[in-house]
Amino acid sequence: MSKPTVVIDDVHIHYRVVLGAGIGSAAGALRSLVSGKKPSQVVKKVHAVRGVSMVAYEGDVVGLVGRNGSGKSSLLRSIAGLQKPSQGDVYTSSQASLLGVGAALNKSITGNRNITLGGLAMGMTRDEIEELRPSIIDFADIGEFIDMPMGTYSSGMQARLRFAIAAARQHEILLVDEALSTGDTEFRRRSQAKIRELAADAGTVFLVAHGHNMIREVCNRAVWMDKGIIRLQGDTQEVLDAYEADMEDKKKS
Amino acid sequence: MTSTSNAQLVDQYGLTSVSQTAPLSEYLRDTWKRIDFIKELANARSTQQYSDSFLGRLWQLVTPLLNAAIYFLIFGVLLGTRKGIDNFPAFLVAGVFAFNFMQTTITASANCIPKNDRLIKAIHFPKLVLPLATAVNQVQQYFISLIVLMIVAVATGEPLTWMWLALPVALLLQFGFISGISLIVARWGARSRDITQLLPFFLRTWRYASGVFFSIAIFTSKFPGWIGKSLKYNPGAVYIDLIRDSLMVSIHTDLKIWIAGVVWAIVFLIVGLVYFYRGERTYV
Repeated sequence: MSKPTVVIDDVHIHYRVVLGAGIGSAAGALRSLVSGKKPSQVVKKVHAVRGVSMVAYEGDVVGLVGRNGSGKSSLLRSIAGLQKPSQGDVYTSSQASLLGVGAALNKSITGNRNITLGGLAMGMTRDEIEELRPSIIDFADIGEFIDMPMGTYSSGMQARLRFAIAAARQHEILLVDEALSTGDTEFRRRSQAKIRELAADAGTVFLVAHGHNMIREVCNRAVWMDKGIIRLQGDTQEVLDAYEADMEDKKKS
Repeated sequence: MTSTSNAQLVDQYGLTSVSQTAPLSEYLRDTWKRIDFIKELANARSTQQYSDSFLGRLWQLVTPLLNAAIYFLIFGVLLGTRKGIDNFPAFLVAGVFAFNFMQTTITASANCIPKNDRLIKAIHFPKLVLPLATAVNQVQQYFISLIVLMIVAVATGEPLTWMWLALPVALLLQFGFISGISLIVARWGARSRDITQLLPFFLRTWRYASGVFFSIAIFTSKFPGWIGKSLKYNPGAVYIDLIRDSLMVSIHTDLKIWIAGVVWAIVFLIVGLVYFYRGERTYV
């Protein structure tokens, strides 16, 4: 049996959603302060993931499917250590990385400087960045804009540069949220090919994708999430067939 | 799948929990490995701060000069707090610049975790990177102010003495202290936004208590007891004093103040690092 790389042990994730604390009137805030009562219904708890357990092994490419809000992205973030489970825990053989670096980039600086910034954010050294720079520029395909501030780019160009930087590095445990591969059709095709390439080289991959073709093509396992729990997991074909059948049923009713 | 079999796998293959924080020594090492990231974050921020203005980074020079001019007009000319101080312009500029640096660094630190919320949710890194990048960004600006300060000092007749060599020491101590206090404030700021409302009042009080535009030595001669002592040894006054002592021949600072500067720097740096580190898991 191959080596386990990710063990998800009964993970629950709660979000605190603040519904307008402080937006109310000053008088109301004062009243609740004086009465010592917390203003009611300001904080809502959302139970996004409700007890998920699974193990992924070296060589696994796991596809996560499910409707919006089923907890896929939350689960992905908890594997990367970017979302603290409110109960349960995730254990990994090495630090898992979420493919995506957009938040680290800065629109005031040039594309080239953003390559440096994004690379450093992902934990690369300056030497590694310089080595990869030509291929990043090549993949982003934004021509001479690379030396202009990123704020001057079209949204498609920004998306391309973001993806090119994020995909430059190899990861042992890679987490991909497909929402990342935006842009025109041509670039989407190229970025999906790149994700496949990364998945082939990584030890273990978790992939959230809305296009099931991609999952069928690259994943050896699939997990169907529904309202924060695993509805079904196993062979990709089986899980997707069941999920698609369920979606059809819901459409009809 | 039961939890026991999971636990066995975790043990057998030596997997580690993602929500566990590395020990302090390892955490500091990890942060040190990110030193290039810290510098690049700080640089990007400097570019961003001035990218929309016509004068651009020239403001880094103009802003402190304007500040010094206003304080000179109010406290030197109108209110006459210059009594008993030789070379009031250099005295004032040193105080204003040294305090402004501390004030802006603390204010920026209070916001550094909430402001980088998206980054924290996207990439895994020691969060200590964020207050440090904020501090580096502020130090870069402070250096420009310090060059202005030295020009003012020479232009107003201060001779270049061996004491100028003490300036880097005074600054290093000030950086140590301010980094420590910024780390404490950064953790508060991560927990509650209320701190950003309270800070301005605290900082204003502290400014008046630190002898930015009057001489604590002259002032405290009227308050010999604990009030005078606590004014004199408050870190704000201490570091301003050390900088003045380095650059101005008319200022003679007690060795005790230099020792206080060392003590404050070490104590706050250690307390700040430990306090910020302990909150690491709460920043996610």
